[in-house]
Amino acid sequence: MEIGLQKANSKGSYRGDRLFRRLALCCALTIPLLMIGIVFELVRNSRLSLAQFGFGFLTSKAWNPVTQDFGALSSMYGTAVSTLIAMLIALPLGFVIALFLVELAPPRLSAFFGSAIELLAAIPSIIYGMWGLFVFAPFMSNFVQPLLGKYLDFLPLFQGPPLGIGMLTAGIILAFMILPYISSVTRDVFQMVPPVVKESAYGIGATNWEVTKAVTMRYSLRGMVGAAFLALGRALGETMAVTFVIGNNHQIAASLFASGNSIASTLANEFTEASDPIYLSALVELGLVLFLITFVFQAAAQLWLWSIKKKLA
Amino acid sequence: MKPTLAEATHPSPDASALKEPQMTINEQTVAEPAKIAVRNLNFFYGKHQALHDNNIEILRNHVTAIIGPSGCGKSTHIRTYNRIHELYRDQRATGEIIMGGINILAPEVDVIDLRRRVGMIFQKPSPFPMSIYENVAYGLRINYKLKGSELAERVEQAIKQAALWEEVKDQLDEPGTALSGGQQQRLCIARMIAIEPEVLLMDEPASAIDPVGTAKLEELMLTLKENYTIVIVTHNMQQAARVSDYTAFFYEGRIVEFGKTKQVFTNPRMKQTEDYITGRFG
Repeated sequence: MEIGLQKANSKGSYRGDRLFRRLALCCALTIPLLMIGIVFELVRNSRLSLAQFGFGFLTSKAWNPVTQDFGALSSMYGTAVSTLIAMLIALPLGFVIALFLVELAPPRLSAFFGSAIELLAAIPSIIYGMWGLFVFAPFMSNFVQPLLGKYLDFLPLFQGPPLGIGMLTAGIILAFMILPYISSVTRDVFQMVPPVVKESAYGIGATNWEVTKAVTMRYSLRGMVGAAFLALGRALGETMAVTFVIGNNHQIAASLFASGNSIASTLANEFTEASDPIYLSALVELGLVLFLITFVFQAAAQLWLWSIKKKLA
Repeated sequence: MKPTLAEATHPSPDASALKEPQMTINEQTVAEPAKIAVRNLNFFYGKHQALHDNNIEILRNHVTAIIGPSGCGKSTHIRTYNRIHELYRDQRATGEIIMGGINILAPEVDVIDLRRRVGMIFQKPSPFPMSIYENVAYGLRINYKLKGSELAERVEQAIKQAALWEEVKDQLDEPGTALSGGQQQRLCIARMIAIEPEVLLMDEPASAIDPVGTAKLEELMLTLKENYTIVIVTHNMQQAARVSDYTAFFYEGRIVEFGKTKQVFTNPRMKQTEDYITGRFG
């Protein structure tokens, strides 16, 4: 008997495969569709403001609902500064915590700290906000800010009345919020470094720190950058906690003690009050700006990772 | 004629010898001092004892092969020579490993210095995530203060010694991981010999590389033994027979037989060794 190849499609199950492939494709397509939809809606709803202020929206400090003059600069500045403070604190702290958990801590201690960190990530941001306003802001105004003012008041950054709420407090609260992301993602990445490579480094007489620097960190660079950008994305868009402690004032002040605002806090605060179409439109445009900032950062991160990929393999 | 190690240590082929290995130092009148003398080495993974009273002498400028079935403690044994096992909390070695007159298992021994002097090659090639050049330069940098030109010279020298120079001299800036498995393993050897260790430990170095790479590696070992003392763990008996001068047969954490490779393979004194070598088990 001749055993011939069956014709394709002659089996019912092939049809199932094809169907599933299409179904999966449809599911995957929702992601670009959502992206396009969000951008489209943001642009559509901000067209009034786009037409009226043009590019000047990005460079104007004004935010006056009475005269209907709006600009994004103070919100963008606040977002940038609070995020920068948060990253400056949380990145080194998070990396060191992850190193401690993976390389230095005894297994039991490491497990304990590990779950504590994950718990920290599960706390809703409103809780951070309330804690920030009622507990942390008074602490800042009574202890931290007077101290900084006393010893570092030659820097414009630390001048002015210690109000408690303001840019510095918002940045520090943000740092607490993104810290668990950085340390738990980094810990996972550090754990994936092949033990044999670490052993070889120890095997040529490297110290703990040398192995960490030359092997663990190099192996984990992509993951560490990934963790940093995950945290950055969260810090840029974090709303509730920041709204509680940043002061919600449309101004650009040199001092970190001064109150300010961020894009997200402005949106949270003012959406319900925005009665005029142009006011609402300006707020939507702020949202568009935030979206683009996040997008640019993510794209830059991807590009950078792609360029170092060749070097590290 | 001076007695050789194997002649000095021939075990009597009775059953009790299985429990009591014969390679105690007292019985030996070795022509040259051993590079490493292991005495009553016991090893524990937590509560599980993996090595039982290992006694062996590793001779200078010779290749010593360690053979035996999987899980018999071959790797565990040599991992004590540079105390790499200490990276893991629940692993513990007792006994003595004498090198240069001192017991290297003693707590006061500087492990960093020990590991510089006792290099190790692993089953899987383990290049660092750096360029080929940096892989070799790294060990030199952390152990010595060298000027730029001297560093480059020693890197080149090490890669040449590892018989890799002709293959990589035009791509020193490429990542080490871009090389083939066999080349990576020779890169690891270059990295190791760059810092001029005294002993080279190789833990199944050819198990993850192809036959051509293996042949090159074996050839390399024969040239390296002029300057180094080599201990190789292998599950490949032909390989042990080809490259080694002395062979130790491990079984269930004990050294069953140790002698000249030729004698162990052609005229084993112990029944278990014979069974293993002839392929009856393992």
